[in-house]
Order: sequence, then C-alpha cells, then structure tokens
Amino acid sequence: MNSVYSGPGFDFANTARNSFLESRGLPLPKATSTGTTIVGCLFKDGIVLGADTRATTGPIVADKNCEKIHFIADNIRCCGAGTAADTEFSTALIASNIEMHALSTGRKPRVVTAMTMLKQMLFRYQGNIGAALVLGGVDADGPHLFTIHPHGSTDKLPYVTMGSGSLAAMAVFESGWKQNMTREEALDLVTAAVSAGIFNDLGSGSNVDACVITASHTEMLRNFVKPNERVQKERSYKFARGTTAWKKEDIRDLIITEDITVIREGEAMDIS
Amino acid sequence: MPDGSYAHPQQRQFNPYTENGGTILAIAGADFTVIAGDTRQSEGYSIQTRYAPKVFRLTDRAVLAVNGFAADGNMFVKKVKQRLEWYRHAHAKDMPLRAIARLIQTMLYAQRFFPYYVYNILGGIEEDGSGAVYSFDPVGSYEREACRAAGAAQSLVQPFLDNQIYFKNQQLPPGQTRPLHLSLSDVLSIVIDSFTSATERHIEVGDGLEIYVVLAKGRGPQGLEAVRGAQELTTNAEGDRVFIVRRELKKD
Amino acid sequence: MDHFPTSWGRPRTEAYDAYNTFPLHQRPNPGHKDAFAEGVQRTQQPIVTGTSVLGILYKDGIMLVADTLASYGSLARFKSIQRLHPVGSSTVIGASGDMSDFQYLQTLLEELIIEEFAEADKHELGPAEIHEYLSRIMYGRRSKMNPLWNSLLVAGKKDGKRFLAYVDLLGTTYSASTIATGYGAYIALPLLRTAVEGKEDTLTEEEARKILEDAMRVLFYRDARSLDKYQIAIVNDEGVTISEPKKIETEWGFAEGIRGYGAQIQ
Repeated sequence: MNSVYSGPGFDFANTARNSFLESRGLPLPKATSTGTTIVGCLFKDGIVLGADTRATTGPIVADKNCEKIHFIADNIRCCGAGTAADTEFSTALIASNIEMHALSTGRKPRVVTAMTMLKQMLFRYQGNIGAALVLGGVDADGPHLFTIHPHGSTDKLPYVTMGSGSLAAMAVFESGWKQNMTREEALDLVTAAVSAGIFNDLGSGSNVDACVITASHTEMLRNFVKPNERVQKERSYKFARGTTAWKKEDIRDLIITEDITVIREGEAMDIS
Repeated sequence: MPDGSYAHPQQRQFNPYTENGGTILAIAGADFTVIAGDTRQSEGYSIQTRYAPKVFRLTDRAVLAVNGFAADGNMFVKKVKQRLEWYRHAHAKDMPLRAIARLIQTMLYAQRFFPYYVYNILGGIEEDGSGAVYSFDPVGSYEREACRAAGAAQSLVQPFLDNQIYFKNQQLPPGQTRPLHLSLSDVLSIVIDSFTSATERHIEVGDGLEIYVVLAKGRGPQGLEAVRGAQELTTNAEGDRVFIVRRELKKD
Repeated sequence: MDHFPTSWGRPRTEAYDAYNTFPLHQRPNPGHKDAFAEGVQRTQQPIVTGTSVLGILYKDGIMLVADTLASYGSLARFKSIQRLHPVGSSTVIGASGDMSDFQYLQTLLEELIIEEFAEADKHELGPAEIHEYLSRIMYGRRSKMNPLWNSLLVAGKKDGKRFLAYVDLLGTTYSASTIATGYGAYIALPLLRTAVEGKEDTLTEEEARKILEDAMRVLFYRDARSLDKYQIAIVNDEGVTISEPKKIETEWGFAEGIRGYGAQIQ
C-alpha cells in the first residue's frame, strides 16, 4: 500500500517532468498503436463491423494478427483504433459496466448506453485517452452504428470508418454502399473497404476480421480473409548443435527428494 | 498547453527533405557481388508507387543502390552516371570500382552543408577480380565491407547479415568447417529471406525486389542459370557481367 | 550550447520561463537567432490552391482529371479555373497546389516549346522530356529553398508509348499506372488501383472515363476543397483533348434516414 494518498483515476504527477525531459531531447517511449483500418456498415438485418489486424510501433509491425473487434456485450461489439492500450482498456471497462448495468436493470443492454458511457469517459479525459472507436450493435431499438472520437464526439451514420486507413475504406463505402443490402453484400463491401486500407495504407495490413450482428445472433468472423500469408523462406536457419558459446556448464537436479523420519509414534487422540 | 497557448512559438518553414522508405543491401562474395533493393516508394503512410527502382547498373562491373530521399537519390545517380560517361570519353574504358567509390565520396562531401539525404551502397568487382561492397553515409564517409544493409529496415537486416555472413555469435561446432566465402546460391537465398522478413516487420518495405548480381570476368555462371528469371544486362561479354533477378514481395 | 553569437549575453526570456526551468545555456528560442535571417524572405505558402489531380493508364493512352476549383484558403474563390494544360502535341500536365506557381510553369513550358519549335528540325519534346524538364525545375527550386508549391502529373503518348509520372515541390518523382495528388492520393487512389492495376492494356476509353468520374464523385463527397465540376484530358494516338467542364451527378438520399449524432431518435 502507498503511504501517500493517491486519488482515483490517472496519476498526472510526472507530466511536468516528462515535458521537461522531452524538451531536452528525451522523448516518451512510443506506445503500440493500431495504425488501423476499422469500419462498420448497416445492412438489412443489422450491422457488419470490419478491421485489419496490424499493430505498429512507429514503422515496425508489433503484431501481425491482433484482434481489433472488442467484445462489449452479446449484441454489441466495438472496433478500436489509436493507442492499443487505450482502446483495450476503454472497451473492457465499458463492457464491464454494461454487464453491471444489464444485471441491475434486468434488460438487454442498448448500443446508445455503451456509446454514452464511452463518450462521457473519453470527454472527461479531454482526448488524453487516444481511443478512436467504431461501435455497433443491435438492441430493442434496432441496429445502431456509431463512431466515437478520442475527445468524446460521436457520429451516427449508416457506414463509418476510422483509423489511418479510414479515407481508403470510406472511398469504397462512398462508391459501393446501398440502402438495405443483404448480409453477403454487406460482408463483401466491408471486406473490400478493409482491404483498401490493408493494401493502400502502410499503417494497416495482414488479415480482415469481420463481425456480423443481427437481432438474433452475433457472428465473429476472425481472419475472415487472409490475403497476406507469409511466404516460404528460401533456406533453413536451424543452427547446428554447439553453435552457441558458453562460459560454464552447471547441471542442476530438479527432482527434489526428501526423507521423512518419524521420531515417535504418537498416542491416539482420546475421542471417547 | 492546457490554456490554449503553444509551448513554443510555431514557425512554419519549408523542409527540403522527406523520407521515401525502402531498404537496400549488398553482399560481396569471392568473385561476385549481390546488390539488392525493394521497389516500394512511400511517403508517410502512403505508397506512392509499387515500382521505383533504387538499384542502378553504372557499368558492367559496378552497381549503385541509393536509399533515403528519393529526389536526392535520383539526382545523385544521374550525376554519378554523367561523371562516369565523361570518364569513358576521356579514357576509353570504364572507371574502376574503387575509383567510383572515391568519386562518390567527393561528390557527397561537396554537399557537406546541404547534404544529399541518401545512403549509398556501391557493389561490384574490383580490378583484381574480387567482389567488393562500399557503403557511404550521406556526407561521404565510406568503407569497403563484405556486406551492408541500409535504409528503413537496416536495423532489422544488418544484425541478420552479421550473423549469417560474418557468422557473428556463431561458434564453430566441433568437427565442422566453415567456407571462407559463401556461394552465390547461398547469398541469393539470404538476400531474398532478408527482404521477405523485412517486409513482414517493416511497414515501408514491400511490393517488389530487384537483385543485381555482378560476376567477375571469366567465371562460370555459378548456378545463376538455374535461378528463375535471371536476366543478363552486360554490354561487353568479354569483361565482368551483370545480371538482374526480380521477385515479388507482399503488398500490404 | 547556443552557437548563435547574436543571442549571447541577452537576458533570459522571462515571458515563458519565469521559474528558470531551463538551464541558462539552453534557453528555448533566444529572441533573435540570426540577425540577417529576415533579410531575404522567399519561402512562402500556397495562396490560391487547386486540389487533387488523378491520372490513369488505359488501352489507348492516358486520362487525367481535375476539378475546376481554385480555393483561397477555405473560400471557394475561383470556380472555373482550368488545371489541365496541354504542352506540345503529345503531352498534358495537371496541377494541384499553388495556382500562381502553376501559371508561372505554364509560361516556362511555353518558352521551352517555342525554343524547340524554333530549331525547325521537326523534333518535338515528348512527355518524358517535359517531365524531366519539370522535375529539374522543381528540384532546382527546392534546392534554393524557394520551391514552386505544386504537385504535378505529366501524361502523354509518343511513338506508341504511354507515359504517366508525378513530380512535386521537393523534386520527388515517380511513375505508376495510377497516380493521384493531394487528397486524391488517400481517397481516390485506392479505388483507381483496384479498378486499373492489371487492366492497363484492356480498359476502353468509356471504362476509363467511368472509373475517373466515379473517383471524382467520391472526392467531391469527402474533399472539402473540391468542386462538382471537372475536366478530363485524354492523350491517345490522336493527340491531346481536354473536355469542356462537366458536372458530377451526386446522390444525397441516404441523408433522409440520419437522425442526430447520438441517442436522439427524432
């Protein structure tokens, strides 16, 4: 336990020091970001969400197959772009609160509830939580699709995109979206939109994840399309035994043996 | 700052440089040299083109790879080629590799206070018939080496080459021997694997791969005839010979 | 250490370092850096600007498209400006960025074409030569720290060979079967690449025109500095043709169904 009182929420004690260090040429460590193309699209029976699976730290690919479609509730999912940790913790926190809310009200959670919780939380943190979200789901009021920006503003539209590949993906929606699409049409369009991000935006890459939410069912299509399989290497890089040099050898016996010697047979307890 | 002011006064100034991504590398063998580069040109998170060569044949025995700011790189290659043509007109022969290396140094240092923002790797065959690689920094410091990677994925590829070419951190297992120089087919495999791996983990590397192979005069094809799609670019069949091999890389 | 003698011996800037956070030898922004820096002011910013230009290869040649807007900041200042310009008989260039710099380039190119014509040797400059000339001008100006603030596409067909290439204010050049400048590089290029790549030798003029019109519509929906009026330039074996301005057909019906941005239903 800390002996000093620390208030609830984030600790800003180091901000002054960090900004001074930054001005002296010692920048903050880079957070993993999901460069990202995430999209959502309304169709006849519900919502299709889509995401690529590349996570980056600067120009380096940190994760080639990460999951950006997060669980909020059985009937609600949320795609996250921006600082990976922020999107994960924000969605996890709201998923937890939504579950508590559902238990206390005894009703199925609504998408607007999750949206309002997220935007109020992000607004309170004034953009310091770098989460850009696409929230979608189907509830008692029908299908809903929102984008939530890091500062807490929201949009409600029939098709939305977020992340560094959002312009590429939006171009596909703008030229291909129709009212009342079938599930297959919507899934194809979402795949095309995410693929546009994967192949044209360096921050996005690898596979297409998709999630179809309807009134009766939620289907998570993990790695729905894999257009970027790793190629076979030209040669094997297995090292011959003895390649790694060592300074000393120490073999330890990990089997512990124990001898138990009974000193004295005790008298039986009186249980009469 | 929270009160709406800026921490420092904002100055808008024209920046004459940009970074166009990509990676290059070269490996010298006993009597050959391999020089390679990917073909993606990017700026920021955008791919400008999937095919912009970064590796150029200078003569039948010299190949230059340039990486960094593409406009500087192209201009620099143009000027090097022009100087080599002048040399050809004056001396009726191609400039030797070590002389090209020294020429590149002086040309880079001439721009010491407004540098070409370019990393150069020169590969080819020396006059004694040995494979050679020269690597340069943007202002002309250079060194002859056996292998070098430069550009966006230098930090990924160079340690791999140190391990596989220089056998760094590899103790010779008892009873085994190690060749003084790797064979051409081994080097080509290592080059291709370097680029497929860099493509996996660096967002600015990908799309296509161009590999130039320079063979010393009078040496056999060293298995190059079996390499898929190898194409000869040599102008004078009597001297050293230049080949090109192309491969596809992932496009995401 | 602050190496500028003009800033030595000056008092610390009390204005934003009241508590002496920075060591004296490292003050941020010491009032004057270089007393002569203000003497020559060359590097400007674009004033009247044009947005994206798109270009694609098709079976018989190359097509460029650009809208007819020249913006003054966020003001749609000139709504009928031509941003596609023929050079010689087999080349057309399209410009985004500063329009006055573009007009200056037009005069340079006019001079170039006249000088070439005056040789009277029947030789004409093709698209590759025009592009080389432009890239040398642009790179030369950036090297003088006095750039021409444009991104240009050069398209042409000469001796049966199609040519499409890019050059910008830094002198950066490249060539591809589909190129877009400005916001077009983010919004239109993904569409153009899926529609054109691999089909450069089979796309008909009508198909190519449709691809560009669809891309321009999307740009008009999403680029706030664009206009629904555009011109198409076609270069084929017959030479250069630049169309009259045409209007983009748009669809806003989907807006009927949108209610608010959050919990609102009506």
